[in-house]
Amino acid sequence: MADPNPARTFADPEDPIIAATVPDHYTPLLDVDPPAGENSRRPLKGFLVILSGLVLVGLLMALISENGPSVSQDSQQNDLTLNAPAESTNISAQFLEPASRGPSTGVSEKSFRLHSGVRAPFPWSNTMLTWQRTGYHFQPEKNWMNDPNGPMFYGGWYHFFYQYNPDAAVWGNIVWGHAVSKDLIEWLHLPLAMVADQWYDTNGVWTGSATLLSDGQVIMLYTGATNESVQVQNLAYPADLSDPLLVDWVKYPGNPVLVPPPGIDDKDFRDPTTAWYWPDGKWRIAIGSKVNKTGISLVYNTEDFKKYELIEGVLHAVPGTGMWECVDLYPVSLKEDNGLDTSFNGPGVKHVLKASLDDDKNDYYAIGTYSLESGNWTPDNPNLDVGIGLRYDYGKFYASKTFYDQNKQRRILWGWIGETDGESADIKKGWASVQSIPRTVVFDKKTGTNILQWPVAEIKSLRKSSKKFDKLEVGPGSVVTLEVEKATQMDITAEFEIDKEALKRIGESDVEYSCRTSGGSAQRGELGPFGLLLLADEGRCEQTPVYFYVAKGTDGQLKTFFCTDESRSSLANDVDKRIFGSTVPVIKGEKLSMRILVDHSIIESFAQGGRTCITSRVYPTKAIYGAAQLYVFNNATSASITASIQTWAMKSAYIRPYSSHQES
Amino acid sequence: MRSSVFLLCVVGLSLTQIQFSSADLVKQTCRQTPNYDLCVQTLRSDPRSSHADVAGLAMVMVDMIKAKSIATLHRISELLGTAPHPKTKATLRRCAELYDNAVLKADIPSAMEALKTGNPKFAEQGANDAANEADSCERAFSGASPITSFNRSVSDLSRVASAIIRLLL
Repeated sequence: MADPNPARTFADPEDPIIAATVPDHYTPLLDVDPPAGENSRRPLKGFLVILSGLVLVGLLMALISENGPSVSQDSQQNDLTLNAPAESTNISAQFLEPASRGPSTGVSEKSFRLHSGVRAPFPWSNTMLTWQRTGYHFQPEKNWMNDPNGPMFYGGWYHFFYQYNPDAAVWGNIVWGHAVSKDLIEWLHLPLAMVADQWYDTNGVWTGSATLLSDGQVIMLYTGATNESVQVQNLAYPADLSDPLLVDWVKYPGNPVLVPPPGIDDKDFRDPTTAWYWPDGKWRIAIGSKVNKTGISLVYNTEDFKKYELIEGVLHAVPGTGMWECVDLYPVSLKEDNGLDTSFNGPGVKHVLKASLDDDKNDYYAIGTYSLESGNWTPDNPNLDVGIGLRYDYGKFYASKTFYDQNKQRRILWGWIGETDGESADIKKGWASVQSIPRTVVFDKKTGTNILQWPVAEIKSLRKSSKKFDKLEVGPGSVVTLEVEKATQMDITAEFEIDKEALKRIGESDVEYSCRTSGGSAQRGELGPFGLLLLADEGRCEQTPVYFYVAKGTDGQLKTFFCTDESRSSLANDVDKRIFGSTVPVIKGEKLSMRILVDHSIIESFAQGGRTCITSRVYPTKAIYGAAQLYVFNNATSASITASIQTWAMKSAYIRPYSSHQES
Repeated sequence: MRSSVFLLCVVGLSLTQIQFSSADLVKQTCRQTPNYDLCVQTLRSDPRSSHADVAGLAMVMVDMIKAKSIATLHRISELLGTAPHPKTKATLRRCAELYDNAVLKADIPSAMEALKTGNPKFAEQGANDAANEADSCERAFSGASPITSFNRSVSDLSRVASAIIRLLL
């Protein structure tokens, strides 16, 4: 719990950011201060007055509590008279969501399901549920998965670990799953790497990261939830470094190696990063936390990964962002296209700092400078600081983690993609969550303000029958069918040009567009929306548009928005149906381009080479299997567009348990 | 004599002060939920609430959801025993499945573990899911539900729990 001693603060009072954000002392949540000592100094008369006053107040409170709601257990009550859905009076107004034209809900994810109108349970058939399973995204055979853990390349294999519940399709009983791959696409499931068998991780073997040392050692640091539910950091390493599959793991007998420091709550201390080497000859790691509502990243140094020293101050802090989970810090080259080892620093390099915000379940990043002198990280643009600026992905994407792939000199990003359907459906289908296709991460030299994410090149090995649709003219308000082999498993690239005359004509808009609050692809503007309709059935009752929307902002500048509209993705009403997206910077002369990976219930979309990304989970009931089709559409009122599209049907990836008879 | 009366008042006052402090936390917390009265009444009915922090209050609420869900399952069993109309029977069975497999076997344990270990977003998910299951069950009867008060109870409690858990994020 919080340390109420004001003198003991870990924060550096000289640091202006900290001085502004970290309080001088930490107020425990439950402020119970028996005032006995103080009161004994008061005169008796005053005492009696206060006492009688309190008794009066006490009586009043007793009176008030009598009028609490009677949570009736009256089983005799016949509720046939109640035709309207009964709702607690304090819930905000419901609205019916017609299947054909859903307005964006615009509420934050946490409360979405509680406010989204009539939610008749959908009779999911086994056919529909089976279809939802992906063809080429990483997922275990069954049950619940969440955060990616300890990704690395070792012994000729890409290793991937993940938070896993071996018992159910919901979060709980968390242990480390493990899988290996030669190409990040085809995977072999291995036995669980670590289970909750020690007092220091008995309540959860949580997220962690790998550090590869130059002498060949593999260091795994991870968070354990102890028998008393304190979050601690533990060290583990492979039992046998000569086993390239790293099947067995050993936990350091001296665990835990780190416990919450003074001023940090027992439950706000998790997700240690990969370590980076520092000029003083020691290693550093970061761990996310919070102080009140300020998200922070603590830094520790260590020489042997067994003993640590908390470095004064914080790596960085941003007020109002809440708990920082899965912190990640890594260098990107400003000039080269390759990735950089996590320890790399110097000229021609910037550092990306990223945090997963517990508060809104999104991953935010910021580009900045990591000073070798001060040990602080500063954002290039404080207005786009961590948690208040750019996101890796504007859809469903959380707890992401990068690693340096020394095999191909790339920085690779993994992201946890949870379900957005009803949880009873997850239980029925027996699984929940997938991982994103691993993405390479590079600095966007053209804008200087973004990173670019792109599916790893190895994904192309799944491409088969290709089809090209060159320079298709799609007039305003039209939809064109694209005949493809298998609309449920596709890789698609598309380029769009808006007719120049319309671009010149466009007037200013006095209302700023936003994907989230718009009417989605049904809301027509002069220059959009236009894009592709994915997982659409023939009557287009179900469809998931991924589109661009170009408009002149209130400042007279042309702005391009990239959105995914789930509002008509399914006839079922017990799934999330939101409209996601963001603006995407478009450099002069660039055509509008998108790349989309369609894989059953997951759609990953990338605009302008990965400058803006949107991952979406959709659960159609009709547009499944052979009934799913692909269309290109233009719902603008005046502009024509020219589209050049290339599609590939995608083979399924071979993701299966490793057999002992397997030749490696 | 004076000093012992004095001492008595001090002790009495301290006790009421402590009582009010924890009652303050209950009030403070419940004010940030969609159903203040239900929240206060539920929390006050459990002795743990007087020494609990916000996470503890959330756990009390989750325990109440569990209790109401069990009560709902019992009521469903009773109703099934009265040879109801086939359509009602089928819906009752579906509800039993929701409450048993989803709420009691998945949502509640997940939420409790998350609250205990300090990963509140999963507790929020569990509470939201429980509300959805209860609502789903109620909707499935298309207005002719024989267990409306039970479903409402679980639903309302879950929404209150979700709001309390939100405070932990």
